[in-house]
Amino acid sequence: MLKLRGKVETLNLTASQPRLVHVTRNASLPGALRERTALLLKGPDLQKLKAEFVASLRSTKPFAALLLCGSDEKLISLEDVGHDVCDVYLLPSDYAYLNEGDIVRLNPAGQSIAALFRKHAPNNSILLTERCNHLCLMCSQPPKDIADSWLMDDAFELIRMIPQGTQNIGFTGGEPTTYGDRFVELVEAAKLSLPGTAVDVLTNGRSFKNEAYAAKLGRVKHPDLQLGIPLYSDDPVRHDYVVQSKGAFDETLQGILNLKRHGVRIEIRVVVHQQTLPRLVQTCEFITRNLLFVDHVALMGLEITGFTRANLDILWVDPHDYRDSLSEAVEVLRAYGMHCSVYNHQLCLVNRDVEAVYRKSISDWKNEYLPQCDGCARKSECGGFFSTQVTYRHSKNIQPFLKSGVA
Amino acid sequence: MSKFQPITFFTRAPVSQPAQYELLPFRFTALDGARYVATNLAGEYTLIAREPLQRLVSKQLRAEEPLYVDLRAKHFLADEHSRMAPDLLAIKVRTRHEQLANWTGLHIFVLTLRCEHACPYCQVSRQSQSKGAFDMSDEHADKAVNLVLQSPNPSVKIEFQGGESFLNFELMKRVVLTAKAANSKLARPKDLTFIAATNLAVITNAMLDFCVEHEIGISTSLDGPCELHNKNRPRPGGDSYERTIAGIAQARLRLGRRSVSALMTTTEASLPQARDIVDEYLAHDFSGIFMRPLSPYGFALKTKFYRAYTVERWLKFYDEALDYIIDLNRQGVEFREYYASTLLTKMLTCRDPGYVDLMSPAGIGLGAVVYNYDGAVYASDEARMLAEMKDTTFKLGTVDDSFHTLFTNETFLQALDESFAYSAPMCNDCAFEPWCGSDPVFHWGQHRDMVGRKPESEFCQRNMHIFRGLIHRMEADPFVRRLFIRWANTC
Repeated sequence: MLKLRGKVETLNLTASQPRLVHVTRNASLPGALRERTALLLKGPDLQKLKAEFVASLRSTKPFAALLLCGSDEKLISLEDVGHDVCDVYLLPSDYAYLNEGDIVRLNPAGQSIAALFRKHAPNNSILLTERCNHLCLMCSQPPKDIADSWLMDDAFELIRMIPQGTQNIGFTGGEPTTYGDRFVELVEAAKLSLPGTAVDVLTNGRSFKNEAYAAKLGRVKHPDLQLGIPLYSDDPVRHDYVVQSKGAFDETLQGILNLKRHGVRIEIRVVVHQQTLPRLVQTCEFITRNLLFVDHVALMGLEITGFTRANLDILWVDPHDYRDSLSEAVEVLRAYGMHCSVYNHQLCLVNRDVEAVYRKSISDWKNEYLPQCDGCARKSECGGFFSTQVTYRHSKNIQPFLKSGVA
Repeated sequence: MSKFQPITFFTRAPVSQPAQYELLPFRFTALDGARYVATNLAGEYTLIAREPLQRLVSKQLRAEEPLYVDLRAKHFLADEHSRMAPDLLAIKVRTRHEQLANWTGLHIFVLTLRCEHACPYCQVSRQSQSKGAFDMSDEHADKAVNLVLQSPNPSVKIEFQGGESFLNFELMKRVVLTAKAANSKLARPKDLTFIAATNLAVITNAMLDFCVEHEIGISTSLDGPCELHNKNRPRPGGDSYERTIAGIAQARLRLGRRSVSALMTTTEASLPQARDIVDEYLAHDFSGIFMRPLSPYGFALKTKFYRAYTVERWLKFYDEALDYIIDLNRQGVEFREYYASTLLTKMLTCRDPGYVDLMSPAGIGLGAVVYNYDGAVYASDEARMLAEMKDTTFKLGTVDDSFHTLFTNETFLQALDESFAYSAPMCNDCAFEPWCGSDPVFHWGQHRDMVGRKPESEFCQRNMHIFRGLIHRMEADPFVRRLFIRWANTC
């Protein structure tokens, strides 16, 4: 798992306010760009950090910060040199993935760094808030009732900085629509700054029970926007129970109907676990009969983090044990012509008939494999595990494919 | 203490006591000795045994019963946990009827009543050749084209019928060319397609060239193996089968496989040959078959072909064919029965396949309209068959009338109104009503009544048997259920 944020050692800080900066490894970057850019030295680059180099840094227009990334010993050895430069952040090797074109948030007061955008990552999720009106049994990002609207300020700035040509970005929470109109403004800003970039939003959809709000989002006419909305059961009681909120089922459904009325693309997301499994097939049938007009349905495996760890006993089912139900659910969706995908599962745990909709979906920064996967002939097709699954719970039935392609 | 509540907290109802709920509109009909088929307003069905059905209607079901959860999710009942059922039902019902607003899409031109075949079961009372009196005139055809393009429907299909439609090929060309020219001048040109019903016996290369150029699909008749087909469909030379098979091959070669379809008609001689008939379609590379009984019109009545077998006998024949087709699929041979597929689309989806006999409001006029060779306009193909038997009840007018005059014909509107199955006696409490239709022309022909006497109606007998049969088969066998869901969605 990649470490995306954390406390770090700093030296000679001059700035006091948190700020978002680009990352470059080009020490001769034109001066005009340096104010918003941090210079990253890692690996062999660190050898450059001689007196002469430092002198040249000091005599030209300063970078927003100097990020030195290496082993602890290496960093200690560099401290002396570092004392001659301002705004130095000493990053342990955990951050060695940082590279040209990435965007980080530097927080001098909190002495911390956060990687907000990684240029070469297949997906970049932008956390907008940790506040939420759900308390899902398996929440991977347990909600906190805190004033965190600075995250939204950062998001506006971030989408101005993300390079054109970025394939997609995600807005996530918490519940992004907690911000009301400001969320719609963010989508509009994304459209204006990044017209060619797909935007995926994770929301529980309840705010859109207010049709005027759905209409407002529809009027943005974002060219490539999709809202991922969870629907955990065809049974209102069960859905409300999974999200721990009375009335959630109705509001989410109203939201979905209103959003589709106003032309917003929707993905329905169903996380498969002990509490949703008993009605998984019925839930898919319900979707085909009532919500055939949604754009995509995702059936998702469980990430073992956040509340899931606390509720593991009432959530965990070995995907091997529900593989036939998963096949049946997928078959229903596909028979009705719905676009659907199976996310967050391991290839050896799904039946062959699911493979056509099987996706490698786990974000790169939290994606791992087991040691026994090394011998698997189909490892490159497999989405692998969440790092948390490797650590805390995974199927006992992982079975590497032999060279012939048979498990 | 955990901050998470158990599911019972969200159930809100005391355990072991009847739940507080309202019934949503639904109907039930016995499936067999023990079970009932219940359908909701949108045609979703569930099977329910007698005892829980009684508890359901007397509001004795408990919230923790799985059946209760199923019935709530399928919109048979509602309680305080969700108020979404009316909205969702409304969307589903609206989806089912959305085609109605488009008005008539299928426009049938009877180019001529002449035919060189002499089928004793002919339902349209064909005439011998060389009688110009039974050809549609250019003037009538032009006026009919004008009417076609006045339909509000954004996509219209012109179907050429006969007699044998290619015996009046010159008029077919005229209709295609004038319709295309006039359509292109419309402010919003329609999606205009053509299909010709033909026995393929007289089709020439020049005719096929024209079909290729204008993408005219071919719908032909194939009753089964050679001997049966030629017996059913006599013509000079006794070579109907040979000509049909050769014509199918030729048409496929020129037009592509998907542009050629075939229909079978059941005669008494067909009855012992259900499998052979299916095999005949398989052997000729068709991807399905439409098992079709004779209709009580034209020569079929006169020659007593129609009464040669009972509905029960035909259903036995149908069941045998359907079971055989299911077995073929089990062996991995993809093949379907199209009538079942049509019904299954209505049973398992919110879409309406628009099959004229199975629409309510009735499909006459709304689903199809017929411009007869003599310039008369009829509300359906069956309506003109009835007219050839001197009963012009369902004549909307003539091609000289305006579009509005034709479609506000009093008898037509009355037929739609009276036969509307949702409120027709015995249909209104039949569980199969959402999947069924009203066929006022059939019932008028049989009972002199637009609604018909349902207990005696062969239409009801036939369709109810097939509905039950489809449910029995898919409830007993998950393979069949999966197969039927696929059929339902590709119809």
